[in-house]
Amino acid sequence: MGLLETLSFARPELALAIGAMALLITGVFLGDKAASKISISAVLLLAVAGVLVFVSPGGGATTSLFDGAFRIDAFSTFCKVLIYGAAAFAILMSDRYLAGEKLGRFEYPVLIVLAAFGMSLMVSATDLISLYMGVETQSLALYILAAFNRDSRRSTEAGLKYFVLGALSSCLLLYGASLVYGFTGSTVFTEIAKAAAVNQNNAGLVIGLVFMISGLAFKVSAAPFHMWTPDVYEGSPTPVTAFFAAAPKLAAMALFTRVLMSSFPGVVEDWRPVIALIALASMMVGAFSAIAQTNIKRLMAYSSIGHMGYALIGLAAGSASGVSSVLIYMAIYIVMTVGTFAVILMMRRRGGMTENISDLSGLSRTNMPMALILTVLLFSLAGVPPTAGFFGKWYVFLAAVDQGLIWLAVAGVVASAVSAFYYLRIIWFMWFDEPTPAFERDHGPALGLAAWGSAALMFPVLTIGMGYLRQIAETAAASLF
Amino acid sequence: MSIAVIAFYLFAFSAIASGLMVVASKNPVHSVLFLILAFISAAGLFVLMGAEYLAMVLVVVYVGAVAVLFLFVVMMLDVDFVEMKQGFLQYLPIGGALAAIVVVELIMVVFVWAFPSDAELARAHPSPTAAQTITDPNGPTNIEALGLILYTDYVHYFQIAGMVLLVAMIGAIILTFRTRDGIKKQDPAAQVGRKREEGYELVDIRPGQGLS
Repeated sequence: MGLLETLSFARPELALAIGAMALLITGVFLGDKAASKISISAVLLLAVAGVLVFVSPGGGATTSLFDGAFRIDAFSTFCKVLIYGAAAFAILMSDRYLAGEKLGRFEYPVLIVLAAFGMSLMVSATDLISLYMGVETQSLALYILAAFNRDSRRSTEAGLKYFVLGALSSCLLLYGASLVYGFTGSTVFTEIAKAAAVNQNNAGLVIGLVFMISGLAFKVSAAPFHMWTPDVYEGSPTPVTAFFAAAPKLAAMALFTRVLMSSFPGVVEDWRPVIALIALASMMVGAFSAIAQTNIKRLMAYSSIGHMGYALIGLAAGSASGVSSVLIYMAIYIVMTVGTFAVILMMRRRGGMTENISDLSGLSRTNMPMALILTVLLFSLAGVPPTAGFFGKWYVFLAAVDQGLIWLAVAGVVASAVSAFYYLRIIWFMWFDEPTPAFERDHGPALGLAAWGSAALMFPVLTIGMGYLRQIAETAAASLF
Repeated sequence: MSIAVIAFYLFAFSAIASGLMVVASKNPVHSVLFLILAFISAAGLFVLMGAEYLAMVLVVVYVGAVAVLFLFVVMMLDVDFVEMKQGFLQYLPIGGALAAIVVVELIMVVFVWAFPSDAELARAHPSPTAAQTITDPNGPTNIEALGLILYTDYVHYFQIAGMVLLVAMIGAIILTFRTRDGIKKQDPAAQVGRKREEGYELVDIRPGQGLS
C-alpha cells in the first residue's frame, strides 16, 4: 500500500488532526469572541469523525496499517464512537460553565478534539511505540485542560499534580515497554505474542509486563495508582472533570485490554493475579473511601476508581466473554458518568456553582425532574436492577466466574453492596430531607439533553436493548482474538 | 591498545563519573555542569560508534538547549536544598526497602537473561548499523539512513510526534500567555505616520504661575 492509500484508512484521525489545526487557526484570527462558534464546529468535527469511522475504505474489515502499528477493527470502531461521543458532550456541556467562570476561550474545544485524537490513536495502537505516542498526545492535552482555569490555585494544582504523576506513570510504562522489547525483540504486539509464547517463564518479560500494567493502571486510575484522581477531579473545572471521568477512562481501558489480549495471551497466568489484585484493591478503595466524602466531585472520583475495579474483573477473566463484558461495562459507565456530571453542572445557584452533597437535600421538592434523573443515574451507578448498571456488573461477574475467579466475583458483589450505601444516601437526601434553596432552572439545552438522554438510556432503553449492546460488544471483542 | 580503545575508556569513565557527580554534588549548579559533561562524554561515545549525526544532535540539543535551560531554572529558583534534605534519615528505611526490592528485581532479570532465538536478528534489523555504514563507504551516511526510514517506515510516529509537540506548544501558550494593559509597544506604522503638529505643543506660561 502506498502512503496515500494507507492514510485513507485512518480517515477519522486525519479529520480530527486537520480539523483541530483549522479550528486553532480560525480561533487565533477571530479571538475568544468566537469561542461558541468554534465549540459548535468542534462538535460537528467530532460527529464527522464518528461517521468516518464507519465509511473506511476497508468496509469495516480488520486492517493493519503502518507495519502493524495501527489497527482498525470492530474493537477500535466500538471505542472510537464512544470516545467521540463523550468528547462532543464534554464540549456541549461546557458552554454555560465556562462563560460563568470567565473561561470562555477557543482553545478549550480544540484541546478536547486533540485529546480525542490521541485517544483514537490509543485504541488503535498495536505497537509499543504507537501505544506510547497515543498515550502522550492524549495525556498532554488532558494536563492542560486540568489547569485550564489558570488563575485558580486548585486548578493549577490539579494540573501540576496530574502532570507530575502522569509523567511518572509514563516512565513506568516506557521502562516496561523497553524491557518487553528487549526480551522479545519486537515492538509489534503480534510479534511480542509469538516470542512470549515460545519462551515461557521469562522473568524479564514478566517484570516488563508488570511495569506496563502499573503504567496503564495509573491511566485508568485503578488502585493502588489512584492517588491523583480525587484531587485532580476536584480541582479541575467541572466540564473538564466530566470529560476526564468518561473518554480517557475508556481509551485507557481499551488500550489495557488490547495490550494484554493481543501481546500477552500466552502468559495469561502471569498477569491474571496482578489484574485481579488491582481490581480488588480498586473496588475496595472505591467502596470505602467514598463514604466519608462531602464534595460530589470527589465522590465521583472514588466512584470512578471503584468502577474501574469492576471493569478490570472482566479483563482478569482474560476470555472473549471477559473482553466483551469490559466493553459493555465501559459503555454503560461512560453514559451514566456523562449524565451524572450533567446533573452536577446543573447545580448552580445565584452565587455560582455548588459542589456539596448537602446542597442536593430536598431536591425532589424544589426540582422534581432533576431529582428523578439523578435517582435513576445513582441507582444505575450502584448497580441496582433493572437499570443498565446492573447488567454491566452482571456480565463482568459472569465472565469472572466462567474462568474460575469466583472469589473475585464475590468480592465484587460485596464491594457493590458497600458502595450502594453512599449512592442511596444521596437519594435519601434528595427525597426525604429538608429542602435547600432551589437551583437555577436556566441550564441550557445541552445539559438537559445529556441528563435526560443518559437517564433514559439507563432505564428503560438499555434495559430492553441490552441484547443488542451485547451483540455489538461481542463482535468487537471477537476481533481481538 | 589502540587510540579508539583508549578514547572509549576515557569517555566511558568520564560519563559514569560525571553521572555519579550529578547526583552526589551538593550545589545544584555543579550538578547541571556535570550533566553537561556527561552529555559530551556520551556524544564522544556516539562518535566512536560511527554515529556522528547523533553525537552532533546530542551536543546541539542537550548541551546547547536543554542543559542551558536547566541552568537557568536552577539559578532562578530559590530552593533551599539544605532544608529539602532534612527528612532524609526519616525516609531512609522505606526508601531503602524500595531500593532493595528494585535491586533484587534487577538481579533476577540479569540471572534469567534469555532471548528468543530470533530476537537478536530482529533487533539488528530495523536500521543499518554503524558498522555497516563504516565498512561500506558508498552506503548511506548516518543522516541519510535516518531520513530513509524516518519518512517511510516511521512516518506514522513522525507525524504523531509532530502532533504531540503542537499540543505542548498550545499548552505553553494557554497557561502562560497574558495580554497586559498599559504597556508600551512598538507600532512602526503609527510611529512613522506621526505628524509634527502632534509631537509638540506651544504653551504660554505667565510669569510666576508655572504649568498646571
